[in-house]
Amino acid sequence: MTTRERLAAVQEWVEVRVGISQLIEMGREKKVPLHRHSFWYYMGGMTLFLFGIQVGTGILLLLYYRPSSGEAFESVQFLMTRVPFGWLIRSIHSWSANLLVFVLFLHMFSAFFLKAFRKPRELTWLTGAVLLALMMGFGFSGYLLPWNTLAFFATQVGTEVAGRVPVVGEFALRLLRGGDQVTGATLTRFYGIHVAILPALTTVILGAHLLFVQKHGMSVPPQVEADAERAGKPLGSYPFLPNFLLRDAIGWCAALGVLAGLAALFPWELGEKADPFASAPAGIRPEWYFGWMFQTLKMLPPHILGFEGEVLGILAITLGFIIWFAVPFLDRTPRPGNRVTRAFAVGGWLALLYMAVATAMVYWPQ
Amino acid sequence: MNWFLGTSAGAMCASVFYPVIRYLVPPDIPEAQTSQMVAGRDGDLKPNEGKVFAFGGQPALLIRDEDGGYQALSATCTHLNCTVQYRGDLKQIWCACHNGFYDRNGKNISGPPPRPLDSYKVHVVDGDVVVSKS
Ligand code: HEM
Ligand code: FES
Repeated sequence: MTTRERLAAVQEWVEVRVGISQLIEMGREKKVPLHRHSFWYYMGGMTLFLFGIQVGTGILLLLYYRPSSGEAFESVQFLMTRVPFGWLIRSIHSWSANLLVFVLFLHMFSAFFLKAFRKPRELTWLTGAVLLALMMGFGFSGYLLPWNTLAFFATQVGTEVAGRVPVVGEFALRLLRGGDQVTGATLTRFYGIHVAILPALTTVILGAHLLFVQKHGMSVPPQVEADAERAGKPLGSYPFLPNFLLRDAIGWCAALGVLAGLAALFPWELGEKADPFASAPAGIRPEWYFGWMFQTLKMLPPHILGFEGEVLGILAITLGFIIWFAVPFLDRTPRPGNRVTRAFAVGGWLALLYMAVATAMVYWPQ
Repeated sequence: MNWFLGTSAGAMCASVFYPVIRYLVPPDIPEAQTSQMVAGRDGDLKPNEGKVFAFGGQPALLIRDEDGGYQALSATCTHLNCTVQYRGDLKQIWCACHNGFYDRNGKNISGPPPRPLDSYKVHVVDGDVVVSKS
């Protein structure tokens, strides 16, 4: 047999058992609509790519990281200073986490403004919203793992916020902290959450999200549909394989370049080891994507109408998230000109504006 | 029949989930009830200076006045649980987390904190600064 024949035989063996050509055929038949908002279709794939980077670098970090208050900081320090390329792996994990959340926001807000949540894609939206919560959970739990001062107080405040929710608060607080205070028990717990519980949940929810996307195909914004109808021209499209995937891949290569650049030029800092009996130092703040909530809690007065300000703030933010999850069930027939639809569009822009201004205030020099 | 199956399935779920939920919440470990301790030696702190120390597993703040007297308070901010510090330059207690201020007696005076800090009693006994919960 020549090499070529041998290869063909192997291919045949695999084909009979796996059926790759069926998948390829599916990819070729899957069409991605082409119009002026098509750019946003790349954001989901980008988020997926960055999540893959998180899994890869996260697994590498696991090999050196030690989840206890006596060793965590030292193990990350060792990783940064002694392990060859340890600084690179950790910096990429941290930078990519931030980029992931940013791209996830773009993906989510584009789905919101382009009405991609409308029937029959309600569950696609809902699983996406759960993925947002999971990613915020990843960010919050990962932040504590190096056991530095900044992370310690961010966790103290963040878990206290959960503790102030009426009725379930106290239970949630002890569940999260593994006790009444933030201690080594909290660190061990956050570690378990970060590397086992959240990855397991994410695998399931992400699988469902992708399944729904595949089942329904890409949504075309109602405005674009209406315009095409008026012009009497059907919308163009191109195949997922190879056109769309190749363009996706260009984006991923660019993202990898950006990550490598950020990690090399701005290696992630470690700060100082947490001391539970030291005062919170100046400059305490959470990761940027929690900034608008942080700023809200900072600006609220101590008392509003006899209630403690922060409790009302926490309730308002919770209500905001509930509305956000329920968007497809509230804005049910998005058509250009529909009153509810317009209200949601305006509300979305206002929310985005508020988040942007509040986040900017966190970083504004005082 | 359905009723029987449903009840058994329900009982089985309950017998699996109840222990798991209970497992997730850590047991109450009764804290060693420290109601009195020595926070340091008289003279360790300069006038108009403060320090945070561990008092029964919680951070507490000891402040020395200009005239040599002492003030001891809980160092846990009443807003969202950060640890406060004494700012000699302002003669106030400051929480860095959301910029909350208290006066030296622990009264919340500006920023988000909704309540004053708990205060403790301080005595100097044989040169030891002794802090006690009332
Ligand atoms: C299976 C997936 C993952 C594993 C196994 C993993 C593992 C780890 C480990 C061991 C650390 C501690 C080492 C260190 O602090 O540098 C860490 C830190 C961190 N992780 Fe992950 N991770 C995963 C996914 C994610 C995701 C999806 C995100 C964000 C959306 C994320 C965000 C973070 C952050 C912000 C830190 C703190 C970085 C630092 O300051 O060092 N991780 N992760
Ligand atoms: S925790 Fe002290 S001001 Fe918010």
